[in-house]
Amino acid sequence: MEIRKGIAVSPGIGIAKPMVIDSREYHIPRRSIMISQRTAEIGRVRKAFAQAIHELDHIESAKSIEKSDIRDIFVVHMRFLRDKTFRKRITDFVNKELVTGEYAVSVILREIASHFAGIDDPYISERAADIYDIEKRLIKHLLGRVEDNVEHLREEVVVLSHDLTPTQTASFNKTFVKGFATEKGGRTSHAAIVARSLGIPAVVALGNMPSEIHPDGLIIVDGNRGVVIIDPDSETLQQYQQLARQMTQSASALNELRDLPAETRDGVKIDLLGNIEFPNEATHVLDRGGDGIGLYRTEFLYLYSGKEPTEEDHYHAYAEAIRTMKDKPVVIRTMDLGADKVPETNFHPNETNPALGLRSIRYCLQNLPLFKTQLRAILRASVLGNVRVMFPLITNLPELRQAKMILRDVMEDMDDDAIPYNPDMRVGIMIETPSSALTAGLLAQESDFFSIGSNDLIQYTLAVDRANEHVSTLFSPAEPAVLRLLRGVVQDAHKARIGLSVCGEIASDPEFIMLLLGMGVRTLSLAAPMIPEIKKIIRSVSIEECGDLTRKVATLDSSRQIKNVLRDAATNISSETY
Amino acid sequence: MSEVAYETEIEIRNPEGLHMRPAMQFVDVANAFNSDISVSNQDTTVDAKSIMQMTMLAATCGTKLKIRAQGTDAQKAVEALQGLVERDFSATPPVSSVSQKKSD
Repeated sequence: MEIRKGIAVSPGIGIAKPMVIDSREYHIPRRSIMISQRTAEIGRVRKAFAQAIHELDHIESAKSIEKSDIRDIFVVHMRFLRDKTFRKRITDFVNKELVTGEYAVSVILREIASHFAGIDDPYISERAADIYDIEKRLIKHLLGRVEDNVEHLREEVVVLSHDLTPTQTASFNKTFVKGFATEKGGRTSHAAIVARSLGIPAVVALGNMPSEIHPDGLIIVDGNRGVVIIDPDSETLQQYQQLARQMTQSASALNELRDLPAETRDGVKIDLLGNIEFPNEATHVLDRGGDGIGLYRTEFLYLYSGKEPTEEDHYHAYAEAIRTMKDKPVVIRTMDLGADKVPETNFHPNETNPALGLRSIRYCLQNLPLFKTQLRAILRASVLGNVRVMFPLITNLPELRQAKMILRDVMEDMDDDAIPYNPDMRVGIMIETPSSALTAGLLAQESDFFSIGSNDLIQYTLAVDRANEHVSTLFSPAEPAVLRLLRGVVQDAHKARIGLSVCGEIASDPEFIMLLLGMGVRTLSLAAPMIPEIKKIIRSVSIEECGDLTRKVATLDSSRQIKNVLRDAATNISSETY
Repeated sequence: MSEVAYETEIEIRNPEGLHMRPAMQFVDVANAFNSDISVSNQDTTVDAKSIMQMTMLAATCGTKLKIRAQGTDAQKAVEALQGLVERDFSATPPVSSVSQKKSD
């Protein structure tokens, strides 16, 4: 038995056989790429060729290989890798079929191999093996250490890997992937966010894992405590199996809540919406009983492709989520990245303070083609369902007016091109800076809705970077300053009779739900797996109780006191039955 | 520049045919010339400078091939390739044949 400690990024317990995605047996699933990714994908293929040639150079010159017939094999492989018509056949396939480089390599090389295998001459038919070997080498360089066949799993596994990309994580089939553990990564890595959305227990940043992991052994991923146990002893295993059973039982009890309304005991309906990152996560929101999507983060479009997404890339992603949700609301937030994270920008300001720098809406307002491309795609998608657009990091009214003016420009362009869109699409803003919270009354006159982003609001209000371990304990949503701002924003939204939701982490924190309801919040947007638990709390409380708690909290003067009061209240409701 | 095309017919006579190793030698020789060089059997024509295409031609022992070159050094190219085939790929860089492990 070996216990490794890492960072818990997605709660739950997974117990299954290990699947180390580092094997040499590749099965490459067909996976499409976006049109805008073509050039990058072909670049990947070229790079893999260059790396494979480099590697063979080393093998060839290595003294250890004295047998010339082995060396000769590699010399021939090298000719293949240098053959431009051979490489072109692969890049042409990527270009034409819009598939990943690894898929193109595997299809083309297997075509060639089967051509050889089908020739009735032993000398030639045997050459298929050479082609397979070239294929493996290229695939290895294309995929790094990671194998991609997790999509085709037939048994339950815990995935162990060096690191995972969000795309890999998003492709995990939850039925079979019971958890994952990576050597690298952090709490805010995209893989972690996706794991939480999918509800797969995950632990990251484990450091080097043992090189030999017994394939028939067992792995426990404890996503609650951030522990991974390799080959547990029978006592530990029993403890965890029991714990996992208890969690499943309460999870299935929560699932029974799915079709019940999120309504307080005194009959006040609360809208529970989901936060999503990838279009296919919309299904998870529906599965958990979500009433819509309150925050559709669009950054993955920019991050994954490594290239600025085209209008079509945007449109297809939005259309998928919107169609899944039918007529339920889908709030699309425009690009919320810093200049350093936007691909293909020549201008990377060397910012000493990126959180206060050129990012998010500020970046968009300075890069109109990029912004307009996204707005146009959102507008095109607006006829497919109940679509709303939301601007992040707005700090004052002129900024909001400027963003809305650009939206109108795009609408006019579309009028000229006779492209249909919804002219009454609702336009809202994130309230995530103290300046927007303090001027919420002004902003509300020109916004259709507000969404409070608590994480950034707390960071900017308290001047605390919670990723900085030296000050992270100072990061608290229960600080009186934060609560005052929240209360003010809720009141201003009510006065102006505009929509208001909370989409930051406090919306999924059981201890804060009563407080938010007491302040007057009626819409929460949160990660899909948390929806049932929050619904249970809502169904257990009355608005009157929540109001009492909120008034009590308003009299307290420290984060610690407030936290204690909120915790006591939350403990009382969860011990009662609903 | 003279763009004369030269052509010749050859027959593969080495027992392994134009498999990996001989194909590689063939391609290497072809790549030493500037001319465009193609090789045809009865039904296909391929680029003599591409090892992929040459090996996929799968010329076994006894196959008759037509070599055609076009360019400034077309004649030299055709002669060099013809010489290589007629020597049964033996005289060029002396490396033991890869597939001799398979007895014939």
